[in-house]
Amino acid sequence: MADTPKIAIRGLVKSFGPKKVLRGLDLDVGIAESLVVIGGSGTGKSVLLKCVLGLIEPDAGSIKIDGEEVVGMRTRDRERVNRKFGMLFQGAALFDSLTVWENVAFGLMRAQGVPRGEAKARAIANLAQVGLPPEVAELQPAELSGGMKKRVSLARAIATKPEIIFFDEPTTGLDPIMSAVIDGLISSCVHDLGATALSITHDMASARRIAHRVAMLHDGKIIWNGPVGQIDHCGNPFVEQFINGRAEGPIQMQVRA
Amino acid sequence: MNPLAAIGRVFLHFLTGAGRFAIFAGRGVIHCLTPPWYPSLIGRQMLNIGYFSLPVVGMTALFTGMVLALQSYTGFARFNAESAIATVVVLSITRELGPVIAGLMVAGRIGASMAAEIGTMRVTEQIDALQTLSTNPFKYLVAPRLLAGLTMLPLLVLIADIIGVFGGYLVGVYNLGFNPTTFLRQTRDYLEFIDVFSGLVKASVFGFIIALMGCYHGYYSEGGAQGVGRATTNAVVSASILILLCNYVITGFFFGTK
Repeated sequence: MADTPKIAIRGLVKSFGPKKVLRGLDLDVGIAESLVVIGGSGTGKSVLLKCVLGLIEPDAGSIKIDGEEVVGMRTRDRERVNRKFGMLFQGAALFDSLTVWENVAFGLMRAQGVPRGEAKARAIANLAQVGLPPEVAELQPAELSGGMKKRVSLARAIATKPEIIFFDEPTTGLDPIMSAVIDGLISSCVHDLGATALSITHDMASARRIAHRVAMLHDGKIIWNGPVGQIDHCGNPFVEQFINGRAEGPIQMQVRA
Repeated sequence: MNPLAAIGRVFLHFLTGAGRFAIFAGRGVIHCLTPPWYPSLIGRQMLNIGYFSLPVVGMTALFTGMVLALQSYTGFARFNAESAIATVVVLSITRELGPVIAGLMVAGRIGASMAAEIGTMRVTEQIDALQTLSTNPFKYLVAPRLLAGLTMLPLLVLIADIIGVFGGYLVGVYNLGFNPTTFLRQTRDYLEFIDVFSGLVKASVFGFIIALMGCYHGYYSEGGAQGVGRATTNAVVSASILILLCNYVITGFFFGTK
């Protein structure tokens, strides 16, 4: 079982009406590995992530978490598998009606049944881990800046000590300095927890900072994957066009969806 | 363009929507009946639907009772039946106007706010976040609202009945010059248990409809702010229409001619 990938995806297919987004995608993520999926806007990166998280049901294919098939799984079993997950959403997705600490402690209280007092103490410790002072705990999400929201969302993602953490465009909308800070926090949190990380981004600077391995998604399939150190010399014209941000090359950007 | 294909597309779209709604309603009911329940969330929704709707429902009921008394007087005076005003007011309020007006007011206030809140949670990925935190959105968002709607509307309607009848009493006694004791006796003598009970049954059904439509349209909203706005409008319009439709059906059940 030592060789069983933490996440194993085979032949994943997903269409929305006539638009085929994923066309038989294969991908493995190893234990304690940080894999970043790169690709242009609208190539299906978020759809891939949502399929793994169980938020979208794929049309065909297999997704195994620790060797356990999760496609078509019953809701209760899915909730059990989801307890292994932490997720940082692109827009932070903090619950407006709850304070910061209640957001961070949400999974602890609801899914793990941790008493409120203990959950608050652990939430404040998680906030400290992402560089936020205890005073922030009592604020509402609407009172936070974009960078602080991402930090709180990261604190929420790591609060339950998940085995797998997903990052959806973690640096989108942040200035370069805050992006570097968030990337640093992601790397240290994932390292400290010994967690597996699956991230999607089109920010190459961020990908280089947080990835062990990079996979490129194009036309519904993974067209290249390899160690982050090899990406600049991979010899794949699609990857080279993407990482260098050239308008000319094999990737033709669709103007219309 | 083939007209038959266009009709078929519309029909299939309708069937898809009807099926999705039926599944949503079924899941909502199942999650209302099975543990775990979240008492704090149910309590918060009960407070929101019941207590905070009281001023608007109370004011509406008061003026409805007052107008009813005035209109009944001007109408009944034509054939010397003014003495029936107290009876007309109490029966109209308890059987029909109390539940329907409270239902429509709460649909505007609560149905819209539920659709907007859940719709915003949908478009900002907060519902996705709930699922990734191993929390079923039906348990956390839908069931507490359905239970609160089901239980709080009858209480609101009971209070609206009392306020509405009181409004009729105020106009009858202080404006039209009726004897207070006679007005109250006529109110009491002709009121039967079934009049109040049927109104409360209607209220429960209306409360369920309002919460269900608010949750359903919010849950499936898409397309950002515009989508949330559309969900809010659809929630209020569909709840209002269903309230009037169900009002007819329930009235037929309790008072229809045999």
